[in-house]
Amino acid sequence: MSQEVLIRIKGLSKVYKTPDGDVVALDNIDLSVAKGDIHGVIGMSGAGKSTLIRCINRLDTPNAGQILYRGQDILRMDTKELLAVRRKVAMIFQQFNLLMQRTLGENVRYPLEIVGVSRKAANERVKELLTIVGLEDRLNAYPVQLSGGQLQRVAIARALASDPEVLLCDEATSALDPMTTQSILSLLQDINRRLGLTIVIITHEMAVIRQICSRVTILDGGTVAEEGTVDEVFMHTKSQAGRRLFGAAPQTPEEEPEGPALRLVFDGSSVDKPIIATLIKEHGVMVNILSADMKNIGGKTYGQMLIRSPEDPAEKQALVHYLEEQNIPVKEVNAQ
Amino acid sequence: MSQAQWLDLLVGGINDTLFMTIPSTILAYLVGMPLGILFVVTGKEHILPKPRLNTALGVIINFLRSIPFIILLAMLIPVTRLVMGSGIGTRSLIFPLFISAFPFVARMVEGSLKEVDYGVIEAAQSMGSSTAQIIFKVLVPEALPSLVNGAAICTVAILGYSAMASAVGGGGLGAIAITKGLNIRRMDIMYAASVLLVILVQIIAVIGNQSTKRIDHRKR
Repeated sequence: MSQEVLIRIKGLSKVYKTPDGDVVALDNIDLSVAKGDIHGVIGMSGAGKSTLIRCINRLDTPNAGQILYRGQDILRMDTKELLAVRRKVAMIFQQFNLLMQRTLGENVRYPLEIVGVSRKAANERVKELLTIVGLEDRLNAYPVQLSGGQLQRVAIARALASDPEVLLCDEATSALDPMTTQSILSLLQDINRRLGLTIVIITHEMAVIRQICSRVTILDGGTVAEEGTVDEVFMHTKSQAGRRLFGAAPQTPEEEPEGPALRLVFDGSSVDKPIIATLIKEHGVMVNILSADMKNIGGKTYGQMLIRSPEDPAEKQALVHYLEEQNIPVKEVNAQ
Repeated sequence: MSQAQWLDLLVGGINDTLFMTIPSTILAYLVGMPLGILFVVTGKEHILPKPRLNTALGVIINFLRSIPFIILLAMLIPVTRLVMGSGIGTRSLIFPLFISAFPFVARMVEGSLKEVDYGVIEAAQSMGSSTAQIIFKVLVPEALPSLVNGAAICTVAILGYSAMASAVGGGGLGAIAITKGLNIRRMDIMYAASVLLVILVQIIAVIGNQSTKRIDHRKR
């Protein structure tokens, strides 16, 4: 399926000048976001992901490169063109950034006010938007009266007011608890499907990527470490940065096992049941666990496990077959 | 002194004090408020960075603010004469009070505007706001409670300066306390005028406080 590319970033670099010398935040980044996608960008803090998303609507100015939005370079636009693009490329933030002296309704109305929509038409639209995010009854409340999750909903409604094509999410769920994060992610997914809105998500949380993104870019030290569909990247992680983020796998070569071994990847799609015990009891395969690093995120198991590869080929065959049946990809390490 | 004389003296003093304070405060805001806004937005890392203009504004504001009012009052007499028609008397005080107050106002406005979370300004930028829209729809409304509080503080400061009016033959409660009280050993007059000054200051402070609380939607 070939999709129209909405945002194409080419050779983007950004250097911050500090008293202690230059800090390279972004180093020659190439990235494409397809129309209708939910594209995740993940990285450790300091990987440059926030700088990257802030360059897209020019809240930060990069030193070199191009950011093409519908083929036009955002970095070379004059003020008027830039303001017009910013109305099509909306953004939500970690700290919500609502106007504290305005009611929720007035907050959502702001983007309409600045383009001169009549008060009556704007108020109608505000009601619709607050209904989309499920807060239509809080029109006249002030931000201070709401919880973080509700504030982010209002911020989303406000971002949608200008009828954008793209929504940039800068760590939009990082200040929220896991339950609220889930509900905000569902809302974003819903908006993506219903309105066909393209979404770019910056996060350091793997769960966010897993739950709603279709593609993911892993940033590490200001460069793209890896890029692909979420399933591809998660199951067949190629980069060190990726393995570090997924919190699994040997981080240094010294930890590689001696002799043949098998790497089991748990990507959250396997059924939650005692895999190893079943292997031993029902298939008569003796399992020798070399190392394991697993996490339970939202009731799903993520991570990797390294086991000694059985010497008997038939036994190994049975083991691999069983695991693949259980939706657990197996990779041979140091195969003979 | 009869009761009527007392009343005349003190009511006249209140009138003169307000007659100096109110117009000079309004004038100080007409100049100091735009100046403070310009100073904030032209700062580096703000919405309209203009380093040279910003430095120049900073120097002017600091220079004027560092001259003690009593000195400025004397220095300005020739200019005051030109602007107000007379270098002395109650009415003439409006001009030097305004000159000494507007840099102070600019500083207060600067402080209030800098309290606005920059994230909110960035959000407004991300929605495609122009610089003017950010100033008038975000920066000033978001800082309004603090600006009102600052206005009360500025008014009290200007009221305090006006008490030096007697140095150039002006009136008001401060002048009464000194020329009709202290200088001729009428301590009762001095205390009466001083108490009235304190009451005026209290009234302004309470009004400022209450208004700030009423318009601030960040609480509760």
